[in-house]
Amino acid sequence: MENKTLFGREFFRIILSHRLMTIWRVVPFIAAALVLAPVGVVFSSFLAPASDIWQHLVETTLPQLLINTLWLALGVFVGTALLGVSLAWFTAVYEFPGRRFFSWALLLPMAIPAYVTAFVALGLFDFTGPIQTTLRAWLDNDLSWFPDIRSRLGVIIVMTLAFYPYVYLLARNAFVSQGKRSLEVAQSLGLNRRQGFFKVVLPMARPWIAGGIMLVLMETLADFGTVAVFNYNTFTTAIYKVWFSMFSLHAASQLASLLIIIVFVVIVLEQQFRSRMRYAENKRTERVQRIRLIGWHNWLVTGFVMCVLFLAFLLPVTQLCIWAMQSFTQDYDVARYLEFLWHSLSLSGLAALLVCLVVITMVYASRRYPDSATRYAVRTAIIGYALPGTVLAIGVYVPLAWLDGQISELVQRWLQIETGQLIQGTLITMLIAYLIRFMAVSHYPIDGAMQRITHSIDEAAMSLGLHGWAMIRKVHAPILKSGIFTAATLVFVDVMKEMPITLMTRPFGWDTLAIRIFEMTSEGQWEQAALPAVTLVVAGLIPIFLFMRQTEK
Amino acid sequence: MPRFNTCRFFVAVSFLFSLFIAHPVHAEEVVVYSARIEQLIKPMFDAFTKETGIKVKYTTDNEGALLARLEAEGKNTPADMLITADAGNLWAAAQAGLLKPVKSEVLENNIPAHLRDPKNEWFGLSIRARTLIYNTKKVKPSELSTYEDLADPKWHKRLCLRTSKKVYNQSLVAMLIAEHGEAEAERIVRGWVANLATDPLSDDTRALEFVAAGKCDVTLVNTYYFGRLMQKDPNLPLAVFWPNQNNSGVHVNISGAGITHHGRNGLAAVKLLEFLSSDKAQNLFADVNMEYPANPRIKVDPFVAAWGSFKQNLMNLVKAGELQATAVKLMDRAGYQ
Repeated sequence: MENKTLFGREFFRIILSHRLMTIWRVVPFIAAALVLAPVGVVFSSFLAPASDIWQHLVETTLPQLLINTLWLALGVFVGTALLGVSLAWFTAVYEFPGRRFFSWALLLPMAIPAYVTAFVALGLFDFTGPIQTTLRAWLDNDLSWFPDIRSRLGVIIVMTLAFYPYVYLLARNAFVSQGKRSLEVAQSLGLNRRQGFFKVVLPMARPWIAGGIMLVLMETLADFGTVAVFNYNTFTTAIYKVWFSMFSLHAASQLASLLIIIVFVVIVLEQQFRSRMRYAENKRTERVQRIRLIGWHNWLVTGFVMCVLFLAFLLPVTQLCIWAMQSFTQDYDVARYLEFLWHSLSLSGLAALLVCLVVITMVYASRRYPDSATRYAVRTAIIGYALPGTVLAIGVYVPLAWLDGQISELVQRWLQIETGQLIQGTLITMLIAYLIRFMAVSHYPIDGAMQRITHSIDEAAMSLGLHGWAMIRKVHAPILKSGIFTAATLVFVDVMKEMPITLMTRPFGWDTLAIRIFEMTSEGQWEQAALPAVTLVVAGLIPIFLFMRQTEK
Repeated sequence: MPRFNTCRFFVAVSFLFSLFIAHPVHAEEVVVYSARIEQLIKPMFDAFTKETGIKVKYTTDNEGALLARLEAEGKNTPADMLITADAGNLWAAAQAGLLKPVKSEVLENNIPAHLRDPKNEWFGLSIRARTLIYNTKKVKPSELSTYEDLADPKWHKRLCLRTSKKVYNQSLVAMLIAEHGEAEAERIVRGWVANLATDPLSDDTRALEFVAAGKCDVTLVNTYYFGRLMQKDPNLPLAVFWPNQNNSGVHVNISGAGITHHGRNGLAAVKLLEFLSSDKAQNLFADVNMEYPANPRIKVDPFVAAWGSFKQNLMNLVKAGELQATAVKLMDRAGYQ
């Protein structure tokens, strides 16, 4: 009897663990399938010819668009890499006045949507802005030498300031955990500090930095709001123009599929290159002695960091606050506002939770089963971030609408009940769409953290008798923690800023802060948009405070 | 550890799902997809509900997304009415078979023929006039005459324009094509581009600010942007000029609506549409955004009326839709960014 139940229990345990194992194993494929649905919709556009529009584009604007897009991508790539890595290095390894404050404050620009930074920058530095106006009055000069902010360089600078936190966050994650120590090792081998940085530390932090830069590039290529403020024409603006102005969703989707292909190739190349290296953490982190800067070096670093923070955060936020105060005089519906805020927070929270759970499982699965099918599934799953928002939104919407139509038809036939929409217009649609879009955002930090769990760590844990959940809880979780916090913060803040998907998939009445901003700006009322924008920034600070200060030691 | 219970699991999951599920459509209500933003539609909806007891549910998005969404939803769409902020997109919706004709004497009576679809699939509800605004310190009104004249070399480095990506400019150029033919329209647009004082700007307000600051002398905008800016700062050296008064008239666009093909509450939706064209709603509809009422019997808001009355271009706005893609291509060729 006793034996029998014991046997039964053991049997059950094996079955259960086996079944869990297989469910777990297919998560990357489910995620990839979810992403492939909208991608498939986009690619299916090739079934319908749109050659006249292609011919028109090739003959007129396409060459210039491609040049513009390439320069923009290159500029933002270099800009965010330099800014993100240097800031991460300074705050991770050196000691300088205000270091503790800056190390999390430098993340704050993440909470400001890039198009808001763009609008503020234009408002301040353009011909009609206070700076040029004042200078003209003082100097009594037409100021034709003043650099035009509505230029390629202007867009690049604004985007760099808006997007560098991705690189900063990921690079810092790497430096904090291994930077100082690898530098010491390098120095003990006779390299000086600079050589050590370039030859040892930087290559070791590569997957994190590359991950951050990939996110920046995808975001740059898919961006519409920021370039629209500058009237800077890119591939994405062409997609929207063909769709909205020439009424050809087919041609727009064909353009978008090119974008997908390019990004996919870059993702594969980056990972091919990376997979030839192995990354391991040399030792679990412990409090390391920071390098103290002395004399003017000290203040140089503080000044530089202060400068970035000022331009990327303090300046736009101050301007927003001024506008918000100007527009606040009317009788504001505060209750409604709190509702927007609640919607923004709850959606972002749910999405961050869902996305992180899926991605953690996905990353575990690809670690446990490193075959090429799984690898490609993971790569496919993160492509959703590269699609321009509205294109992705409609790509998600079309299959769901089709499914809904099928279901309601069946129900009608069998039960004679009119169901209307079942899936669309629910939060499920929204969350699926967010999942599809933001898996990349949480994949890079979590995958980066997972690289640190080497097989020798697993073996050591097993030799101590830790298996399964116990090993995950006691050994893996502490190593993954900071990566997961990073991922959750990024997704939270990104979802809060997200517009096109939120606009298209929200249930009736589920307006968020971002939607409020959209409504105001779409009629050109930027001052009115300032209040929701400030609220959005403040709300975005919550996870930064909660999570990032935890990872600070 | 509690045993896994399939039954309990299903109950829990279906309970969770029911939290997320869309609520069934209410009996007496109208569902609106609107590209006109909440602030500019809600007052009229509230008035309608007060008068008829019919609820109005709405969601906002940009035009292109709403059209694509209606198309994807097909028969299953919850939407009864589509509202846009221009004629081109209503034309596109009608073209895609998303709207259905409405036979209504009230609407035919209230809305002039050139502001509605000849097949009665959509109706203009307010007029958005696109006119010239000039810097009063640098331009004498006698120098100005027509849209076409802005292509004249005498305006070299004196013109500011909003980007050609905005539908208002696309509609304007479409109407120019309808009037003059494609070749002549292209010559005009090329002339504009040659006269630009600075690269095209991202919005009308910015174009007005550039004129006020003296970067350029004249620009082309919708009047309500001018109204908003002047309300904020009445001392700006800006004034309205109504172009083409001796020939075709001022180019007007509309904010308008149509009834969706697959809507479930067609009758209530027509009632709402008729209400929006009526005396009770027309002033609200136009005045909340300093636009002009589409119904010519309705008095214009005094602040707006002070800019003077003008002769409108009476060509049917269906042309703005039909020729929009042609206009976009033309502007691309002409280098109008």
